[in-house]
Amino acid sequence: MANALPAFGWAARDASGVLSPFNFTRRSKKDDDVTLKILYCGICHTDLHTIKNEWGNAMYPVVPGHEAVGVVTDVGCNVHKFKVGEKVGVGFMVGSCLSCDSCKQDFENYCDKMITTCNGIYHDGLTTYGGFSDILVVNEHFVVRIPENLPLDKAAPLFCAGVTVYSPMKYFGLNEPGKHLGVVGLGGLGHVAVKFGKAFGMKVTVISTSPKKEKEAIEHLGADSFLVSRDPDHIQAARGTMDGIIDTVSAFHPIAPLLSLLKATGKMIMVGAPNKPLELPTSSLIQGGKILAGSCVGGMKDTQEMIEFAAKHGITAEVEVIGMDYVNTAMERLAAGDVKYRFVIDVANTLNSSGGSST
Amino acid sequence: MEQPQIALGLAAMDSSGVLSPFSFPLRAKTEDDITLRILYCGICRTDLSTIKNEWGNATYPVVPGHEIVGIIIEVGCNVQKFKVGEKAGVGYPISACLSCDNCNHDCENYCPKLVPSFNSFHSDGTKTYGGFSNMIIVNEHFAVRIPENLPCNKIAPLMCAGITVYNPMKHHGLNKPGMHLGVVGLGGLGHMAVKFGKAYGMKVTVISTSTSKRKEAIENLGAEAFLLSSNADQMKVAKGTMDGIIDTVSAVHEISPLIALLKTYGKLIMLGAPNKPVELPIFPLMNGGKIVAGSMIGGMKDTQEMIDFAAEHNITAEVEVIGMNDVNVAMERLEKGDVRYRFVIDVAKNIANA
Repeated sequence: MANALPAFGWAARDASGVLSPFNFTRRSKKDDDVTLKILYCGICHTDLHTIKNEWGNAMYPVVPGHEAVGVVTDVGCNVHKFKVGEKVGVGFMVGSCLSCDSCKQDFENYCDKMITTCNGIYHDGLTTYGGFSDILVVNEHFVVRIPENLPLDKAAPLFCAGVTVYSPMKYFGLNEPGKHLGVVGLGGLGHVAVKFGKAFGMKVTVISTSPKKEKEAIEHLGADSFLVSRDPDHIQAARGTMDGIIDTVSAFHPIAPLLSLLKATGKMIMVGAPNKPLELPTSSLIQGGKILAGSCVGGMKDTQEMIEFAAKHGITAEVEVIGMDYVNTAMERLAAGDVKYRFVIDVANTLNSSGGSST
Repeated sequence: MEQPQIALGLAAMDSSGVLSPFSFPLRAKTEDDITLRILYCGICRTDLSTIKNEWGNATYPVVPGHEIVGIIIEVGCNVQKFKVGEKAGVGYPISACLSCDNCNHDCENYCPKLVPSFNSFHSDGTKTYGGFSNMIIVNEHFAVRIPENLPCNKIAPLMCAGITVYNPMKHHGLNKPGMHLGVVGLGGLGHMAVKFGKAYGMKVTVISTSTSKRKEAIENLGAEAFLLSSNADQMKVAKGTMDGIIDTVSAVHEISPLIALLKTYGKLIMLGAPNKPVELPIFPLMNGGKIVAGSMIGGMKDTQEMIDFAAEHNITAEVEVIGMNDVNVAMERLEKGDVRYRFVIDVAKNIANA
């Protein structure tokens, strides 16, 4: 194809989800585009769902990855926000209409025409390939500057996990000193919610099905308390004590016990995506005037604000850095929840540019 | 010791829910109490569910009724807010702790120690009897003033139906001119939500399972639009157009189609309480940051504010006034939804013969 940049990454070819080397092309930069060399890319559960076609929307070959950080290597002539050499990140989206109500209110994540970084269709009709690759070409609106003091490998997961919890914590006022935040699930999203919660000066309780997560929650992440969600005594003791709960769990789980933990008018925000409907006893909401909301990533303004907040408070993700060769094993371990708390691929040093195939 | 005053009313003696004449003692008066001679009392679905023991919590005999309007005939010596001769209203709450966070934030409705006006117990252990009766004694904190210009028979339903929709419309910001409000169910609560919505300058769409309600929604209540919830085409056209939806339906129903009607960050407020859990798919909530919330009546400050708002905008309920002798028939009709839109008992009528 004319004017296309050669690119190399790892793709899944079918619903086995097995990733292997893949040659493809990126569009040449347009006037508003930023070209970046990817240094690191985090692995999110959504990547796993997508490559295995669990949501029935995979357009193989799929190059996943939407927690990409790197260095700017080229900018289009209309680009004003970035310069060559700057460290930047790209998250879940690379496009939206920029003219609807959602976009105008800085909620590009809720635009009907939002284009995902991977497994999406761009304005030019071509499939989008994600951050498990060497370069990205992205409209500057969807690129975020990374402050100098943030280590890039530990900043990468903030581009999805970070903004996914930061955005609802901000929007729903679960960011005020002294308020009590519950965090359900201690994984990629959950551990960042704990860190943000503590930075906001909140009291944080981690809610988990695994008693063995208590030590790490309290000693390592600084949570103030821990409760086991399947233990009715734990639930009863904490009834009506929480201003808000961030529920990061994507497996099917009962929500009535969690709702009982909320104070009157308290809010529970679902950021995990169970693929079966949950059961909601309406009286759990009516009694106490409680609120249940969903949230999906965050807009670009929130993403930039979140990264700057993280830099100011020294917040990074807890990561296990891996080579690209390890990615299939990492996906298996991720499926088993065996990671503390995010795999991050060292793309620059381990993405081998030989041996790729373009089928 | 002062003899307790005896009131006359109607009580259900068992889960047949049949109401019959019943006399009972009022609780002892304190210096903070007002005594109301009850003029009118609205009939709410909650009364019906309670007398039939649908929620398993009836303590018979039950004198229902919590949409009470009356005239003050006596005030305790500490009473500041009211004078004898004034009209006052009493709703669902007649006591709360007044010291917890909820009470301190004017949300007595969410106080864990809330005592309802009927089917419950006062702090002294005596039973609470509701407004299907000729008199009630209540702490002044739990009464609201009824402005003189409001017709009492049409105001009684505001003491529950009115505040139940007013509260979430206020606290969730569904009260701004130009916003688009959906109202699901056109009954006691629903018709009040339409009236408040129009008074706020909102665009109101009524959503119902019965086409027969279209004419009344638009011509009688002033709604801009009507959606038949079973009509997939109509529902599709309205997708993503509503800032908020007040869902008043207590029968089990699907909420995913309602969530689809919401704009980004739109809010679905559930007021009816189906007796089985609803299925809640999470993706539609996440895909737009949408909100499902519950709400239950309102605090006393909001109740007074709501009554004053109704007076200012000339908002009253649409009622069918009945006598005490007609209450059992009214309950049967209420069960079938055969009322436009609230029965109100003219308590003074027939009470002597009841």
